[in-house]
Amino acid sequence: MAETVLSIRNLRKSFGALKATDNVSLDLCAGEIHALIGPNGAGKTTLIHQIAGAVKQDGGTIAFLGRDIGGLGVAERARLGLGRSFQISSLAAEFSALRNVMLAVQSRQGSSLRVLRPVMRDSSLTEPALAMLERVGLAGRAHVPAAELSHGERRRLEIAITLALRPRAFLFDEPMAGMGPEGSKSLIGLLNDLRQEAPILLVEHDMDAVFALADRVSVLVYGRVVATGSVSEIRSNTEVRRAYFGEHL
Amino acid sequence: MQTALLIEQILNGLQFGVMLFLMAAGLTLIFGVMGVINLAHGSLYMLGAFACAAVAAATGSFWLGLVASLATAAAAGAIVELLVVRRLYDRDHLDQVLATFALILIFSEGTRWLFGSFPLYLDIPPVLSGAIDLPGGARYQLYRLAIIGVGIAVAIGLYLLISKTRLGMRIRAGQSDREMIAALGVDIQTLYTVVFALGAALAGLAGAMVGALQSVQVGMGEPVLILAFVVIVIGGIGSIKGALVGAALVGLVDTLGRFLLPKVFALFLGPSEGTTVGAALASMLIYVVMALILAFRPRGLFAAGT
Amino acid sequence: MKRMRSETPIGFLLAGLLLLVPLAAWALDEPFYITLATRVAILALAAVGLNLALGLGGLVSFGHAAFFGIGGYTAGILATHASTLQPLMTWPIEVGGSDQMLVIWPVAMILSGLVALVIGAISLRTSGVYFIMITLAFAQMIYYFAISWPAYGGEDGVPLALRNAFPAIVTSLPLNFFLICYALLIAALYLFARIRDSRFGAALQGARQNEVRLAAVGISPFPIRLAAFVLSGMMTGLAGALFADLNRFVSPSMLSWQMSGELIVLILLGGTGRLFGPVAGAMLFVLLESILGGFTDRWQLFLGLILLGAVLFARGGLVGLLAGKVHHG
Repeated sequence: MAETVLSIRNLRKSFGALKATDNVSLDLCAGEIHALIGPNGAGKTTLIHQIAGAVKQDGGTIAFLGRDIGGLGVAERARLGLGRSFQISSLAAEFSALRNVMLAVQSRQGSSLRVLRPVMRDSSLTEPALAMLERVGLAGRAHVPAAELSHGERRRLEIAITLALRPRAFLFDEPMAGMGPEGSKSLIGLLNDLRQEAPILLVEHDMDAVFALADRVSVLVYGRVVATGSVSEIRSNTEVRRAYFGEHL
Repeated sequence: MQTALLIEQILNGLQFGVMLFLMAAGLTLIFGVMGVINLAHGSLYMLGAFACAAVAAATGSFWLGLVASLATAAAAGAIVELLVVRRLYDRDHLDQVLATFALILIFSEGTRWLFGSFPLYLDIPPVLSGAIDLPGGARYQLYRLAIIGVGIAVAIGLYLLISKTRLGMRIRAGQSDREMIAALGVDIQTLYTVVFALGAALAGLAGAMVGALQSVQVGMGEPVLILAFVVIVIGGIGSIKGALVGAALVGLVDTLGRFLLPKVFALFLGPSEGTTVGAALASMLIYVVMALILAFRPRGLFAAGT
Repeated sequence: MKRMRSETPIGFLLAGLLLLVPLAAWALDEPFYITLATRVAILALAAVGLNLALGLGGLVSFGHAAFFGIGGYTAGILATHASTLQPLMTWPIEVGGSDQMLVIWPVAMILSGLVALVIGAISLRTSGVYFIMITLAFAQMIYYFAISWPAYGGEDGVPLALRNAFPAIVTSLPLNFFLICYALLIAALYLFARIRDSRFGAALQGARQNEVRLAAVGISPFPIRLAAFVLSGMMTGLAGALFADLNRFVSPSMLSWQMSGELIVLILLGGTGRLFGPVAGAMLFVLLESILGGFTDRWQLFLGLILLGAVLFARGGLVGLLAGKVHHG
């Protein structure tokens, strides 16, 4: 059995009377793409927020590379190697695509309390950043402010920034959201290659992507994991079909 | 004798707290519902005081002056909202700060132009000019007690307004989700103008009432505004209950601090140096309290969401 | 590829103008204009400090007068003790006063830096509106303390009998003092530019634009912001010390909320976050103050109207108007 990179046990989170996360346990193993699917309101994004550290869980443990990260903040977890992308692109709007990626490169290289060298002339920042942009096909738009990029370009920039962190695990929150068929296809290709670098926990609605990519699928309904298994196992699972009212599967 | 003095200071603290509550309630409503920080609130306080003093001097009636102050402040508030604040809803805080700071300059200098640099005087209305006996033997100004009474009445009134009326419902809904209530067809523009005018009227009322205790002059509003900010920070933005608790706390701590600290330090450092040190520290006391509260509750005691 | 910013030539022009005017005034024996230019330089320096926190970091501090005033009072108190030959304190060590600028400046910067550290540590844990109100409140607290502490003048402030001394320069000559202030301003502008273009500046501006994104790439916003706030306070503190020497007087109004507002106005008028914004803003402000102020005592009414217009319609300030929007490469 491959090494467990991310291990979530009995995670709980309630907002008042609403159980957003109800005793969730799941694993992310090395080399795999583990998709997390479920109807709207199932609590997928809340779960991602808890893993990333943006929301504090009420109970349960989150272990990353064997270490309990439940008490750490977002930035600390990112430094440990948890690379998260956002469902709604979260970018530094005034900075160019290149400078956005350079922030991630700078973070990976260590201290940000340096004032001596201008970043734009620092090839140890610009070159790796440009390489990431090339990987997602944005090299030609490197100097365009993030606010002026198209929606699909912004999604790709999200990915590039996350890649630049060289994380030990990826948390992708609906990366396909709003992408047309062309964009989705190339993104699927990219994610497919990524799994060798680090395992991916992929929250997605786009079922084509899920079926093409996932080694394992977990289904979240009303905050609970109702099934975990391979794609074919999940497709034939009656409870899952019921949860989706027979759609998609 | 000491008890009487203490009771008097406590009542003074409450009266000070009432004034702060009137300012803070308006400010916190405006921020909670509209997301705008309004530095010009002190100017509205000042306008209320000036309107009251001017009308009272012209007609001889404090009560007419009071009505004038409410009307003037509310009207000024509505105009400010329509002309300026309306353009600030989607702007960042820096722009709001600068625009409302500009309003302070305009109102202050404008008032100085109209009324000159000398303070106006406002007399306490005859019916409230007496004093009543307190337990312990002191006598306390009836007027100040009336102010405390007004504060309690306003607090109850606001509570009823917000929890029991349709306007209040819209205000509460607006605090949680601005876009939603617009989508539901509530006339946001009018709601905002009404809320702003309401907050302004409260400020004007505070200014008018205090005008009879101290003089009415340009610049009287800003120190009160800053204290109201302290109240809001302590109480939590958007919470009227927080404004009430915070105002009482600030009013009492400040008044009692200024009364007791000089005496306490005089015991250790002798009368002259002790009084000086005590007075200087007393002037910093509420800010220290604010800092302490923030250390444990960075969003105040009753922030929305806690 | 390095973009040529159209802002740089305009900035050099403004800085050059600021140097030319007092030189011309000296040649024409009009010391008043040298003093005016010195005032511009010092206010610009104070605003460069604020620009670090506000323009780059997005930290709307309405309490920077605290640092301006602390710098001023440091200069005034040290100079007073130097002239009366009374020590500042005798326990645990004896500390005397000083009338040397080279001593006063570091002390002023260290003190304002320490105060900025405390205020920043408390207020940077909050956000948005809270931060504005808290910085305002702390500055007010220091103001009230200063006017109720009689040892150093209380409401009357602290006079400086003589301008403090700088090695090899006769500081009482207006042009000499101007050149000292101007040199410090240029140094500050250079430092600002280096910070803006550095990794620290990138993280700081990243925190301003999107702190969630910054944390997600592994950089905590808080230490970055705190460091920027402290640097910012130190620079404004230095300006305060110079201001005390310019006027040979420390007024408690240096600590007032009006002063804090004035500093923010300077930045807006010139262009928030722009390198030469503070210079443009200070020049504009002092011009308005002298020209409009010459016509009417109520000139601040017009300042308010201009400011309101600028906020509502001309957001980029003077530099924005002349040089266009910022290009972040």
